[in-house]
Amino acid sequence: MAAAALLRRSPAARALLSPTLSSRLVASKPHSSAPAPPPPSKAAAPNTKTFSIYRWDPDSPSTKPHLKNYQVDLSDCGPMVLDALLKIKNEQDPSLTFRRSCREGICGSCAMNIDGDNGLACLTKISGASSASTISPLPHMFVIKDLVVDMTNFYSQYKSVEPWLKRKDPPPQPGKEIPQTKADRAKLDGMYECILCACCSTSCPSYWWNPEEYLGPAALLHANRWIQDSRDQFTKERLDSINDEFKLYRCHTIKNCTHACPKGLNPAKQIDTIKKLQLDS
Amino acid sequence: MASRTKLSGIQRQVLSLYRGFLRTARLKAPEERRRIETVVSAEFHENARNVDRRNFVYIEYLLRRGKRQLEQLKNPDITGLSTLEVNK
Repeated sequence: MAAAALLRRSPAARALLSPTLSSRLVASKPHSSAPAPPPPSKAAAPNTKTFSIYRWDPDSPSTKPHLKNYQVDLSDCGPMVLDALLKIKNEQDPSLTFRRSCREGICGSCAMNIDGDNGLACLTKISGASSASTISPLPHMFVIKDLVVDMTNFYSQYKSVEPWLKRKDPPPQPGKEIPQTKADRAKLDGMYECILCACCSTSCPSYWWNPEEYLGPAALLHANRWIQDSRDQFTKERLDSINDEFKLYRCHTIKNCTHACPKGLNPAKQIDTIKKLQLDS
Repeated sequence: MASRTKLSGIQRQVLSLYRGFLRTARLKAPEERRRIETVVSAEFHENARNVDRRNFVYIEYLLRRGKRQLEQLKNPDITGLSTLEVNK
């Protein structure tokens, strides 16, 4: 099951999508802020691929942000975009800067915009197309250097939903864990897997225009994770604290978040659940 | 002062950041306060001299970096700051 989620972004999986769905996915592409990929290079050998990578270095302030082309020999490179980035950094340009850690899609560090789609570089296959691949930082985030973006606002929004267990009563057995039925535990599936890579929030046009006020899909998904938790006793307070025109209701069900999520989660559905609970309460 | 031209938004942001640093420095020990003021003032003056005033991308980057550093400095557990020279 995990493998299915991980392979979701492969070209083969794309081809399996129904025609209507894939046309919707293509239609949502213009939302992405990445520029159109440049034309393919002329004298490239059959197995080399061009990567156009966004470069900006604060230490040389006179150089404007630009795309720099790198040729990578794919026969001598791993299958994922992160492998290509590491190869470029090792062999061609050690100044190329990006975040990476686990290389298996569990840390969320290597989130970036690849060919106009947000995703984790370690879970995105290098596109087989002969044209160049464009790699840029997450859209509408402040760039610190090259592909590294400032996540301060994103993390403080996550913190603002108080993502920890809050109780009014002591646990049933002092010093022991609080039991939960299997059905209650199942409610958390589809939410606890979130790794806070920010792919969803930064793909959301509504989040682009109100990054400070609107909490964004990732923070709202985590809000719902604690609202749904049977052990948490502050459900009403949690609902009240996000019942706000901006914090919650800037979500216009655009669903770019669901399209972007590299873990195959559905933040739009979780936000919808919160909105329904707000109506009931 | 009266004849000074109207400041742009980004200029006012820079000045307000500078003021924020000076106000935060007052919360620290007198000796550290002097040191913070020297370091901050040197940094602002150097950038005022060297940064192209039309390079908004870079100025905004410096503003964000400064704001982050100011937030750290506001923490009461932080008693002072130090600098080091990096030879390139």
